Amino acid sequence: MPSSRSTKAALRFWQLALLTGVLVFWYVATSPTLLPPIYFDDPHKAAFFFGEPLLVLARIWNWFSTGFIYPHLGVTLIETALAFVIGTAFGLVMGLWLALSPTASALLDPYIKAVNSMPRVILAPIFGVWFGLGIASKVALGVTLVFFIVFFNVYQGVREVSYTVLANARILGASDRQLLRHVYVPSAMSWVFASLHNSVGLAFVGAVVGEYLGSSRGVGYVILQAEGTFDINSVFAGILVLTAFALVLDWMVTLAERRLLVWQPKGGETEKI
Amino acid sequence: MVPALALEDIRVTFVAQDGSRYTAIRDTTLRVAPGEFVSVVGPTGCGKSTLLNIAVGLLQPSAGRVRVFGEPLAGLNRKAGYLFQTEALMPWRTALENVTAGLEFRGVDSAEAKRQAQAWLQRVGLSGFGERYPHQLSGGMRKRVALAQTLILDPEIILMDEPFSALDIQTRQLMENELLELWAANRKSVVFITHDLEEAISLSDRVVVLAAGPESRPIGEFAIDLPRPRDVAEIRLTPRFIELHTQIWHAMKAEVLKSYAQQQKH
Repeated sequence: MPSSRSTKAALRFWQLALLTGVLVFWYVATSPTLLPPIYFDDPHKAAFFFGEPLLVLARIWNWFSTGFIYPHLGVTLIETALAFVIGTAFGLVMGLWLALSPTASALLDPYIKAVNSMPRVILAPIFGVWFGLGIASKVALGVTLVFFIVFFNVYQGVREVSYTVLANARILGASDRQLLRHVYVPSAMSWVFASLHNSVGLAFVGAVVGEYLGSSRGVGYVILQAEGTFDINSVFAGILVLTAFALVLDWMVTLAERRLLVWQPKGGETEKI
Repeated sequence: MVPALALEDIRVTFVAQDGSRYTAIRDTTLRVAPGEFVSVVGPTGCGKSTLLNIAVGLLQPSAGRVRVFGEPLAGLNRKAGYLFQTEALMPWRTALENVTAGLEFRGVDSAEAKRQAQAWLQRVGLSGFGERYPHQLSGGMRKRVALAQTLILDPEIILMDEPFSALDIQTRQLMENELLELWAANRKSVVFITHDLEEAISLSDRVVVLAAGPESRPIGEFAIDLPRPRDVAEIRLTPRFIELHTQIWHAMKAEVLKSYAQQQKH
């Protein structure tokens, strides 16, 4: 429909305008010569604290053109992917097990609640000691973050399987193993996918925070180094690169969702015949 | 002749968490001959669905026996198919995959299962809709898929729990006629639960009337001697239908009022 397309174009235009506006404001407010010093006594102080957008963009350009950032970015993304895959697998298995075994669930319940309420970022230094300063400690941190999201969703998903669907599958002749494969897992997976955006995001957080707290590679490490030398432009450049890649990951999740959850009704869909 | 399904002296008492007891059904005996179409009618809350759950083995009776072709029932009733009142299709499977499910569970080769399922979808008027997911189908179409899903396994006993109650009246009569046609082509025993007396009479060989709950039990049995094949919309206008309807309604009326009074009390 042309009208919806034009509203969409208008929306995109204003989104871009907003971004440009923020960048211009950032530029004007931090450029040493454009404005009289209102708050800081030294005209260079604003730039020292907040960076300068043109220098930040130049830094990002420099990182990518010289190839400096690629190994760091690669490490961060590998950590994210590993944390996501391992955390999801653990969460899926544990969620299915506890949801289908009331005894185990009752036994472990308080411990799961306790570990879940613990701010797990404080585990990062311990993981550093256990697994060293390489990839493993960051993956471990990411896994602890991803695991609980997936676990609780799978647990919920299995508990909320429709009684009728379950009874029907049993009457149609499904064995326990077939029920698991054809009813419990698909039902749980829809809950896992509902939380996919969250869990991918947290895997990323785990990787970056882990790097920030102790590592020799990764985007978090780059930011930490820049901070150590008061190189505020590099810090902002690192944050922007991370944000961009978080968006890319989120977009990939959306694509995966669209492919895998075709069976779910979407809001406003009127395809009934 | 050995009945296909025999419920003998069934009593069902539920115990709630606080220890209070509720007897849904008592002293109930129901025998269904092979190839017979029996409807069970009764006011809401009289334990009709409970009776079916007993027959299929989802629920154990507190007392009494269930026999399937003379054999005592242990576990799920493997000779029975069950059509639920509410949505029972697996939403993550397409219509075709839902129909193949039972064969798949039994280890039938997937190409063969697909071939049979296509034939069944065609039989229930849904050829060309196999790739759709349940949410993309209308309520009537989902019921047809469920019907195909059950009948593809060729069960000796078909248990139906108000399967058409959620459909509009036109779709419903269409489905009833289709059901009769499918049943006539391959006569199996049917236990059809409904609260709609007209539906019960127009479909069945025999109508069993249950008393109002709690402690429900059969209070009347009526042979339906209407000629077959029947058209459910037309047969309602024949004098014999009206006669049977009056007769059965007379027996039911007191129970419906009792059930209504009971609901008012709660």
